[in-house]
Amino acid sequence: MNVESSLDEGETATNGRVLSLRGISKNFGAVAALTDVELDISAGEVVAVVGDNGAGKSTLVKVLAGVHAADAGTIEFLGSQVTVNNPQRALDLGIATVFQDLALCDNLDVVANLFLHNELAPMRLDEVAMEVRSWELLKQLAAKIPSVRIPIASLSGGQRQTVAIARSLLLEPKLIILDEPTAALGVAQTAEVLNLVERLRENGLAVMMISHNMEDVRAVADRIAVLRLGRNNGDFKTEDVSTEDVVAAITGATDNAVSRRVSQTTATSPEDAS
Amino acid sequence: MTRTDESTPSVAADLQDERLRGPEDIGGMFKIAIERIRGGDLGVLPVVVGLIIIWTIFQSLNSSFLSSANLSNLLMEMSAVGVIALGIVCVLLVGEIDLSVGSVSGLSAAVLGTTFAKSDWPIALGLVVAVLTGTVIGLIYAQVYSRFGVPSFVISLAGLLGILGLQLETLGKSGTINLPFDSVIVKFGQLWFVPDVVSYVLVLLAIGGFLATRVMRARAREASGLSAPSWQLLALQAGALAVLLLGALAYLNQGRGVGWMFVLFVVLVLVLHYALTRTQWGRSVFAVGGNEEAARRSGVNVTRVYLSVFVLCSTLAALGGVLAAGRLAAAAQSSGAGDVNLNAIAAAVIGGTSLFGGRGSAFAALLGILVIQSISSGLTLLNLDASYRFMVTCVVLLLAVMVDSVSRRSRASHGRA
Repeated sequence: MNVESSLDEGETATNGRVLSLRGISKNFGAVAALTDVELDISAGEVVAVVGDNGAGKSTLVKVLAGVHAADAGTIEFLGSQVTVNNPQRALDLGIATVFQDLALCDNLDVVANLFLHNELAPMRLDEVAMEVRSWELLKQLAAKIPSVRIPIASLSGGQRQTVAIARSLLLEPKLIILDEPTAALGVAQTAEVLNLVERLRENGLAVMMISHNMEDVRAVADRIAVLRLGRNNGDFKTEDVSTEDVVAAITGATDNAVSRRVSQTTATSPEDAS
Repeated sequence: MTRTDESTPSVAADLQDERLRGPEDIGGMFKIAIERIRGGDLGVLPVVVGLIIIWTIFQSLNSSFLSSANLSNLLMEMSAVGVIALGIVCVLLVGEIDLSVGSVSGLSAAVLGTTFAKSDWPIALGLVVAVLTGTVIGLIYAQVYSRFGVPSFVISLAGLLGILGLQLETLGKSGTINLPFDSVIVKFGQLWFVPDVVSYVLVLLAIGGFLATRVMRARAREASGLSAPSWQLLALQAGALAVLLLGALAYLNQGRGVGWMFVLFVVLVLVLHYALTRTQWGRSVFAVGGNEEAARRSGVNVTRVYLSVFVLCSTLAALGGVLAAGRLAAAAQSSGAGDVNLNAIAAAVIGGTSLFGGRGSAFAALLGILVIQSISSGLTLLNLDASYRFMVTCVVLLLAVMVDSVSRRSRASHGRA
């Protein structure tokens, strides 16, 4: 299975498996945050990881980003088994993570943020080359940023998200993890970020998106993986699953607050009378 | 496409957004500058305005204030504390503080006194040991800071006392060690001035260097399809700089001219400016000052950045102490005592370095110390003693911090960091 070539073509085919998790477990003292978690993501595929608060989504992100090491299980990346024990290792492998708080420096301009710690020519910064590369990256994302020489503080939430994603693309990753990319955004900006996610897929990247928002998930994800209390609780193709089924998997019961509410409203709505 | 013509059909890669207004010409440059100032991005404006006010007041009170002899003396007098202020700029940039720079400078003066003057060590060795004393202190601060997480404010406050004790102990019972007048360091501090011809050559070299780097940068940008400042703009900037520097130099050269110690200070400012703006280390310093966690997640070794900054600050403080000892021709109990500490910190802040981290430049030390020293010199000429100097400096420092805080708020509301 030649993963590299299929990725470099930038095709949307989903034949190349990028990430494969088997039996991932992580304990914090007496709390089993993750138990036997499995997850597969292929190139050119967007997988949404959903789950309630405390389901283990963030822990899974941190395991993949190298912030926490898994206690058990194997991580297979691009066909070979790997260990991710620190953030730099994750970046070196080609796993880029955009954290929820974005981690940008407000006082630095866009170029400085994009290249932070990856500056070209460390002893005599090559500002021109960095600026040119910044524009390339932002164009690739069809980003609407007026200038790369303005401080991050003057950008909107959506623009910041774009910069954070662009920064994760700088090292040409194979897998990009977005932690709640739309959580703090308005309607238009959310749409922008979702467009961005689709563009990443078109570019042949594997995308793992953590989200609470079912609408966003359904809009862009090819597959939805559900975590519940640190365990896998369903893996659906987006087109053949209803939101109710996903919610049921998230909450762990077909009879839950959300489904009861849905059934109440559908029972009273006229077009459901047949 | 060798010139940025309006008729050029292709727009530079970085100016394609229709919302963007670039400094196309000289008028546009001024317009943008005014908007930046309105938005709270004051830059060096407050300090330049302050300097003009201070100079006008003192000149009207005593006509010898702006005499070339007094200005020459002022530049020599400010160099030692200016060097200390350079180190303060670095720690302020990462959002920390060092309150012990005065004591460190006093200790290094004392070390120079005992090794060179008292124990007859070679002057070079004495100087190196004195400056390294500062380096060691910086290393200790950095270890305490990063291993135990003690705030730098407390570490350096403790350091202030401890190092003052060490200084007194080093000086011994007499409390003062005189440095011989024929020694290099005293000559450097008091007597060595740049010959007129050499000074003009140095300034012309500096202007040439400035113009050359600007032109090279503009060429590189154009070659990569980015916008570049027009030739007229570059020529205007270089011309303005030349008029300013050559005019000042011609005036100073009517009297004693410019001391080598001031030249050393300016060179240090330029080196630090380069390091802060054009190297990866400088980027990391600003990043840590802006958002430490973001810097860490990007892979910046935050501990090492703090280490470098604390070491640099203490080392520069020690160097400043040695220069001050040369100027005074003695190491005394009063070396580095009194207002040295606060003058250095005030200079950095008055020059436009933010106390909140992440904003500032090496030139802040130069401009800030010029303000502080002008006040000090002006009050001395008026025969007012230290009591007034303290009070006036207090007001100026407070004003500077207020400007910093208010412009920070204004920047936040105008979307500038």
